[in-house]
Amino acid sequence: MAKITFDGVTKRYPDGYEAVKDMDLEIQDGEFMILVGPSGCGKSTALRMVAGLEDISEGELTIGDEVVNQKAPRDRDIAMVFQNYALYPHMTVRDNMGFALKLHGVDKGEIDERVEEAAKILDLTEHLDRKPANLSGGQRQRVAMGRAIVRDPSAYLMDEPLSNLDAKLRVQMRTEVSRIQSRTDTTTIYVTHDQTEAMTLGDRVAVMRAGVLQQVDTPMELYNRPKNLFVAGFIGSPAMNFMPATVEGDTVKLPMVDVRLPDELRQRLAQDGGSRELIAGIRPENFEDAALLGDEARSRGATFKAKIDLTESMGSEIYAHFSVTSDKSIESDELRELAEDSGAGEVPGGGQEGDIVARLAAESQVRRNDEAELFIDASHIQLFDPEDGSSLTAG
Amino acid sequence: MVDSARERVLWGIGILVVLFYALIPVLWIASLSIKPVDKLTDRKFFSGEISFDNYDSIFGDDTFTAALVNSIGIALIATLISIALAAMAAYALSRLDFAGKAVILSGALAVAMFPPISIVGSLFDMWRSIGLYDTWAGLIIPYMTFTLPLAIYTLSAFFREIPWELEQAAQVDGATPFQAFRKVIVPLAAPGVFTASILVFIFAWNDFIFANTLTSTDNARTVPAALAFFTGGSQFEQPIGAISAAAVVVTVPIIVMVLIFQRRIVAGLTAGAVKG
Repeated sequence: MAKITFDGVTKRYPDGYEAVKDMDLEIQDGEFMILVGPSGCGKSTALRMVAGLEDISEGELTIGDEVVNQKAPRDRDIAMVFQNYALYPHMTVRDNMGFALKLHGVDKGEIDERVEEAAKILDLTEHLDRKPANLSGGQRQRVAMGRAIVRDPSAYLMDEPLSNLDAKLRVQMRTEVSRIQSRTDTTTIYVTHDQTEAMTLGDRVAVMRAGVLQQVDTPMELYNRPKNLFVAGFIGSPAMNFMPATVEGDTVKLPMVDVRLPDELRQRLAQDGGSRELIAGIRPENFEDAALLGDEARSRGATFKAKIDLTESMGSEIYAHFSVTSDKSIESDELRELAEDSGAGEVPGGGQEGDIVARLAAESQVRRNDEAELFIDASHIQLFDPEDGSSLTAG
Repeated sequence: MVDSARERVLWGIGILVVLFYALIPVLWIASLSIKPVDKLTDRKFFSGEISFDNYDSIFGDDTFTAALVNSIGIALIATLISIALAAMAAYALSRLDFAGKAVILSGALAVAMFPPISIVGSLFDMWRSIGLYDTWAGLIIPYMTFTLPLAIYTLSAFFREIPWELEQAAQVDGATPFQAFRKVIVPLAAPGVFTASILVFIFAWNDFIFANTLTSTDNARTVPAALAFFTGGSQFEQPIGAISAAAVVVTVPIIVMVLIFQRRIVAGLTAGAVKG
């Protein structure tokens, strides 16, 4: 049980590259904290600094009440689950799970007892005497988890523990991880690049980009009030649609339609009446097939016609893709990075077409090549400063 | 794959040729060793009579039994020390990045390529002046010189194959670096350790140059050198039978070692460590 604090922690490699830049983060005792970001954003490095597997170049890292910068991994009382599990292939499952206890000089009877108990929780009892090579991927993953929980450490560190599992097993293990964490109530740092894991597992989520912490918040806050373009584009699937926009008075001019901003948004913008170029972000679910809406619902936003390029039916919903063109061209480093990483965050501009995804209700009759009438919910439009990517609507 | 009959015949012939080439000298020596003295030159592979006189005579000979003890002792000690040092050196070379790493590796290779005969003369003088001449240590040291590079190269190749995460997992689990090395890395590199051990052992066991030059008595003389000192029963008798018997005796431990360890020299021991 321990609180983990990053205080100005920086990781600088000998070649001058900074993997983690001046990171401040406080993880409460028993909290489940997710570090999420595209590959190379420094999230694993941050985790490995907590584990003691990477040196800390600057700043202080505290576990419990102790500064652990100079402590060896074995003295930090933490357990780590590796992406590729790192099970000891020459030991049985039982020995794998009991290895740490044995090193700590716990007596044989107690080791057996604790291993059996962990095995029961993880449904591994009948596999205790097998070697990792004879286990399936999911079982290996559970052994890796077991190795961590047997120890009852002050914190769990998990480095993309589910990324090697197939989709179905991943969902299953995600629940398992969540169950184990709430059962043991142990401080957990969980690194992932999968925003679904981040959203579903964490008490709070820390989004990182290029070694810099972007936003730390609860999953719902991140989703509803992203602080900048990067977070907005990274969290949510399918990703938020971005497009150039101009705000004039109380109206925001999007490439497809002009939308009157609700009062609340306008106040946040503190618009002085002049015109201003911005980036607008609209999540796919803030579109709807206008044909399905009554007048009252329509009054909360604007409708427009769009030619549907493609529809993807998911059963419970339909993703409709359409293109917009804009003459305005807006460049943003954050968006470029997002685009490179995930294909999301492309802003149509300079006369180029951009793909917009709208999530429509399953009843929608919109089909490919239709000229459909779509609705935008004005109250959920997010607006971003094109200069630094910060949100103007997050408040 | 479908093997045509012709292909199988060709393979069969190839295998027979190789076996014949490799085994005939061994069989020849074995057959010589069990011939009675008067049949040694009968030009037959098997003379119809089996005699263990040659074996009796060499085991009754103190020179041979002492040499056998020396051989076993020196080869085993050289192997143990060499592997222990090489394992640590190879581990450092495969894991750490330090200045002079390339120099150490190429230096080791250069030592291994050095012809032993070229240092024998100076070693002889040196050993005599510092009292290592005709001692076990006097042989173990040069053997290690030549086997260490070999062992380091073999072992570092194996260590490089072991995922680094395993070691980090051990560290997080509470192991000191040495515990991680001993309990996780070395057992996983076991096939490599055995391979290297066999190579080192064979080198030390078979060496003739050093053994012959740096020894003078039963104190440290090993079997290959002792064989050269065998004499026949009389001035006119060739010690062929005895030499053959001794040759068979010294071959046996090597065969036994390889047979024991070949089971362990299997790849795939690390299977299942990481995602498979």
